[in-house]
Formats: sequence, C-alpha cells, structure tokens
Amino acid sequence: MDLFTCDVLVVGGGGAGLRAAIAVAEEYPRLRVAVISKVYPMRSHTVSAEGGAAAVIKASDSLDAHAYDTISGGDWLSDQDAVEAFVKEAPEEMLRLEHWGCPWNREPDGHIAVRPFGGMKIERTWFAADKTGFHLLHSLFQTTLKYDAIERYDEYFVTKLLVDDGRCQGVVAIELSTGQIRAITAKAVILCTGGCGKVFPFTTNANIKNGDGMALAYRAGAPLKDMEFVQYHPTGLPFTGILITEAARSEGGWMLNKDGYRYLQDYDLGTPTPKPVLRSMELGPRDRLSQCFVKEQEKGRTLKGPYGDYVHLDLRHLGEKLIDTKLPFVRELCLKYVGIDPVKEMIPVRPVVHYMMGGIHTDIHAATPLKGLYAAGEAACVSINGANRLGSNSLTEILVFGARAGKAAAAFAADQKGASPSLAAQALDEHRRLEESFLRKRGGKERIAPLRAEMHKIMEESAGIYRTETALKEGAGMLKRLQERFQDLSLDDPSYTFNTELTAALELSYMLDVAQTIVQSALERRESRGSHQRSDFPQRDDERFLAHSLAYRVEDNAPRIEYRPVTITRWPPGKRVYGR
Amino acid sequence: MPSTVALSVARYRPEQESEPTFQTYEIPFRKDWVVLDALNYVKDTMDGSLSYRWSCRMGVCGSCGMKVNGTPKLTCATFLSEHMPGPIRIEPLDNFPVVRDLVVDLTDFVRKLKQVKPWIVRKEEKPLAEGEYLQTPAELEAYKQFSMCINCMLCYSACPIYGLEPSFIGPAAIALAQRYNLDSRDQGASERLKLMSEDDGIWQCTFVGECTEVCPKHVDPAGAIQQYKLSGATQWVKSLLLPWGTR
Repeated sequence: MDLFTCDVLVVGGGGAGLRAAIAVAEEYPRLRVAVISKVYPMRSHTVSAEGGAAAVIKASDSLDAHAYDTISGGDWLSDQDAVEAFVKEAPEEMLRLEHWGCPWNREPDGHIAVRPFGGMKIERTWFAADKTGFHLLHSLFQTTLKYDAIERYDEYFVTKLLVDDGRCQGVVAIELSTGQIRAITAKAVILCTGGCGKVFPFTTNANIKNGDGMALAYRAGAPLKDMEFVQYHPTGLPFTGILITEAARSEGGWMLNKDGYRYLQDYDLGTPTPKPVLRSMELGPRDRLSQCFVKEQEKGRTLKGPYGDYVHLDLRHLGEKLIDTKLPFVRELCLKYVGIDPVKEMIPVRPVVHYMMGGIHTDIHAATPLKGLYAAGEAACVSINGANRLGSNSLTEILVFGARAGKAAAAFAADQKGASPSLAAQALDEHRRLEESFLRKRGGKERIAPLRAEMHKIMEESAGIYRTETALKEGAGMLKRLQERFQDLSLDDPSYTFNTELTAALELSYMLDVAQTIVQSALERRESRGSHQRSDFPQRDDERFLAHSLAYRVEDNAPRIEYRPVTITRWPPGKRVYGR
Repeated sequence: MPSTVALSVARYRPEQESEPTFQTYEIPFRKDWVVLDALNYVKDTMDGSLSYRWSCRMGVCGSCGMKVNGTPKLTCATFLSEHMPGPIRIEPLDNFPVVRDLVVDLTDFVRKLKQVKPWIVRKEEKPLAEGEYLQTPAELEAYKQFSMCINCMLCYSACPIYGLEPSFIGPAAIALAQRYNLDSRDQGASERLKLMSEDDGIWQCTFVGECTEVCPKHVDPAGAIQQYKLSGATQWVKSLLLPWGTR
C-alpha cells in the first residue's frame, strides 16, 4: 500500500477546510498541508449557502449585541467564551474574504453592504446577492490555488482515522478514480466534513452530507456534542427540499397560512407591520418559526399538497427590481424547479432539516479530546450555536473556527515527530475490512436504498420538530436493528473504478452511527430548549439541562450520554423574547 | 403522458469493457422528476453499479453535468418532461476522458484553472486594519457575471476548439481569468494576458458561442474570450511582434 505523508491533513474541502488550509500555509509556511475531500472542493456544500454571513460592521452595532443575539437565539446553550471569541474575530475574517476577492454586495459609496437576518437585532449580515456560500467557497478555493504548500487529494473518500499512542496520525482513504486504498499520515488532522442532514428524508442538504467526519471521530473515541439539536429551516420547497433563503423574509417576505393570514402573530412573535422589524414576526428565529408551522398544521390552517402540507411565502409586494437584485437565486430556483415566479406568485414552503447545531466536541481552539485531532465548521460543535443557530452565523463560523483550527493544528504539528511505525499495519487492516465487508463479500441480502429509507422514516418519526419519550425509545430500538441489518448488506458493484455504490454504503454506515447519537441524546434530554422540543417535557429546565450532551460510542450498543456544563460569562440564562 | 420512459445510459467499466456501451432502463415517468432523479431511481432500485456524480440538486455545485440527448446539461435542472416521450439518451460530457460510466476526468481543467491565477493579485496588500477595498456597485457589476461560473464543465463539453486542441485553456478558465481582470481590486491582468496570448486556442475560437449557449449560469465565456482577443491582440502586436500562430 502507498503511504503518503504530510504535516497537517484537512479532511473536507468546504469553507472551513479551505480556510484552515490557508491558515496553515500562511502561519507555518514550512509545514506541508493537504486537503483531502471526497468531492472536488468547489462541490462542497458551502456552495449552497444563500443568505449571508454575520459580522459586526456598522457603527450602531456592537460585538455584545451580536453575542447576545447569538446566545439568546441559542436558548442559552452556547458557550459564551466561544461566542465572544467568535463575534470578535468575525469582522476581520470577513474582511479577509473581501481582500481575497469575495464579491460582497456594496453600498453606493463602495463600502460593504449588510442586510437584516432572523433573530438579529441589527443588520450585520454581509451578502453576495443570495449566493453567498457559492461566492465564499469559490473565492476561498481559488485563493488556495496560489499557495504551493497546499496539496490536494481530490475525490478521495476517507474511511478511517489512524490513531496510535493516543494520537490521531492520519487517515485511510479510497482514491475514487482507481479504487486504490491509501494511507495518509499526518502530525495533525482537522475534520471539516460538514453536517449530516441526509440522515433525514427531507433536507436542504446535499447528497454528500452524511456525517462522515462526525462518525470517523466518534469511532475513534471522540464524543459528539449536542447532537439532539437539529435545525429545521422554515422555508424549504416541498419535494426537493431546496432552500428558499431567510433573506427572502429579511427583505420583507411574509409567511401566510391558507387564509392569507400572517400567522406568526398568533405565536408571541410580535405584530405584523408592512416593513420587516428585526427580531420580530418573519424575522424571528428558525426554531420558533418551524414550530409555528406545526401548530398551524394542527389547527388545520396549512395547505395540502402532493408532498405534504405547506404554507406560503409571499414576496410579490417586494417587486421585481428588489427580487432581481437581492434575491435572484430565489427567483431562479422557483422558476426552474417549481415553475413559479415569485414576482407574481406565492412560494409554497414547509420546514426542512437544514443544519446540525451538534457535532464533534471541540474546545475554543477547535481541538477535540483526541490528541492531534481538530474539527471545525458544521462537523464540529464548539459550541457557539447552542440549541438553535441564527441564520448567517454558520458561514462566519467556518471562517473563524476554520482559521483557529488551522493555526492550532499547525502549532501542534510543528512539535510532533514522525508517524508511529504501527500505522501501516492499521491501514492494512482497514484495507482488509473494506474488501471483506463490501467489495469481496459473498452473500448478504440487504440493499442500501431500503435501509436508508428505513433510517429516514425512523428519524422523521422519532426525532422531528416535536419529540416524545415513546417515539424516541422506539426509534432507538429500530436504529439498533437497522445496524444489525446493515451487516447483511450486499452490493451490485465489485469494481474498483469510481465505485459510488461502495461510497454510498460507507456513507450509510456513517449516518446510522450519527443517527443513533441524535436519537439517544434527544431521548435523554428531558426538557425543551431551542430546536429540541419534547411534547412531554415542554419547559426549559436549566437546573438539570443547562449542559451539553456528549455521546460516546459503545460497541454494539446505544451511545453513552454524559453532560458537561455550559460556559456562562456575562449573559445569565434569561427568557427568549421576540417581537416585543 | 406515458407512465414510463426509457433511459438509454452510456456505460463504461474499464475492468469489464474496452468500449462504452449503452444500457436501457425503463423507469416510471413523473412530471416533477429531473433526469438526476431518474438516475437515482435506477441506482436505488435497478442497478447499483451505475456511477455518476451529483450533490446539491439545486444547480449550484456543478457536479452533475452530463449529455442529455446530445446536449450538455445539468441533470438536476433538466426535467424528464422536456424530453418525452423518450427514449432519453444520457452520456458523459464530451472532450474529457471517461473514468467510468458517466464520470469524466477533470484533472485537465483543475490544472488549467490554476494556470490562469484565479485569485486577487496585488502589488501591495492593503493591511486588514485599513478595512475593505472600496468597490462601487458599478465596479462589482463589471465582473459579476464572470464570477458566476460553477465549474460544471458543460462549456468544455460543447467547445469545438477544446475537442480538437486539448491544450486550449478553455471557456470557463478564461471567463474566470477575466473575472479577476475586471475586478477593481486586482492588478494581475498583464500576468494573465501573457499566458492567454500564448494560447493558440483563443485565436482559433470563432465566436460561435457554443459555450455561452450551454452555460446554465449565463456566464458568457464566449464574451470573455472575445474581450481577451481584443486586449490580447493589442498586447501581442505591441510587445511580442510575432506573427499569429507561430511559437
């Protein structure tokens, strides 16, 4: 087996991974940094982010205001030291992107323009029309090309972390074009593999978002934190789950029920006004808006469609000019995918799984408890997002914590000696596992798609917007049986060349592990907080649960859940108030 | 509309076949399905061995470009209903080596992208403490269109020059070079121009505009190439004094 080597290995080529790689190249030019990704970096899911990225820039704004919005938005589960570092470093990171060519929208005088966003008290969302993630990712990717120190392994699928002597020292990966299995050793590894929306059936997430990095870390013994917190975005297109950005509401769009009524006013989110008001009505936080949809549905005030119930997002009063300059992608997506022109017609929308607040447990420097292993972006949980992320904080998070991860991993790598001699043997074992369990396996009667559909059903029924003890317990049991059935998987494709059936099987196994942590963490959190709503425990319970859950892997069993306290610096837990 | 449709899909498994073949799958027709949904249906229920790339399913990641009935398309944005009653022929993009089935090798593009220096080139960096480079909405507008490229490779598949002259930098990379040339923050235009004027392909481009026609994001690479020719021709005469085509 070929053994490649580098100093810092970044797994994942989205925004967090590329930012981390640049941080290594800039701060430690003598180190060799490599980005390994199962897709070409510009295909990463950062590309789909639409609305914008938050950072304080206006004189009327303040770091404390951004911190307070983030912490109250997160229902006080955010670690406040992490939030303070985040809001402080955010403006500089955004400026850096500007210097790297990101085409941010501008004021007439040439300064950066900002737009309002849900749950934010002041306009602080930088945007590049409604393709902010696309521009951010391409700007970052193109900028990485100027650093010769950054190597890339494009279309390599990571199957295992190499751990020896209590230290993460690299990965095993399949080179997709040839099927060759390679070991890549490194003095530090950074996981920037994104979230895992694909464990749910209806999601804005791309096909590649299967919790790869989360599962890799979890299998290597690192805990997954706050996995019960799953964000439903209130405005997804039925059937495809394509996201209609929150910017559509921040520019003035209305949420209407079947009677054309702005129903959010019935749920303590403020009173309707013709112009948008910050932290009010349609600019409330995502968790609350998604929960309102379910309440409307229960009252029979949603509309019925072939792909389930929906409500309307009405942009017609904004006019063609504003839509074309600020929301062109919304119009393009609606026209292309549902044949609706938002200039003239209302958009059908429903809540859709969008983002994982939880992820690999890291400290404020992006370090996981496993030595040599770092994580950043949606794959990680620092946590700044707490129980509910505010829109436009995630793009900023990938920059701030991507950079932090790069610097911390590089500093660690600079002090390390070479790889343990035992890694080659570990890599050979992994090679054998991939052959025996998948490519050269005989027998087996289960197929990928039905198992995946079963997982989707379990997750939607047990870990959706509202959860109960009974449903979660049942879900946990069913996931365990699904894990057993996975052992009996059979593949059609024995090829070594670009075998996407093999990668789909590996992704399914990642998702099953991650799904178990979501359900078990949700089962044991017997309170309601942010996006985690328990019908049987409707109140927030700070006495028992002002704490992060940590899910540890237990061989052949449900994960073990432990808790660690939330870091409170200056904002003691209070009531979340919107619209008044 | 009929209830089913036949997909005729190009297959190539190098371990198994020396030449590409076609395989037909009869799948249910649904009016809200795009071609990619149909391929996923095949993969999930009929034949797990079919390989293709896809990811976002919203026309922005650029992974799922293939030829549909002979035309390069994003399969996530191409409805079956546009091609009824079928059969619908699905093939890998032209002008790239085929790795497997519908998957093509993009190595050449990625190398060329780097060559055109698609990043902000500055003689002197402005310190972050001094804030942003000012750029008016009009200055943003000047390059915005060329910044919309999703690297989906449909333009390379459609380009008659790239088909004949693989050394040609090609439409998307040239459009991206021009994206930076036109950016008021950038000072690298002359470096890029030098590279471009050494590329025979640019001069062979006849402005037929196949690339612009197939571009799903209205980037207009043909326009970028024409702009280059204009500025390149001036530079060529001025600085190199070499006849066109000799090198």
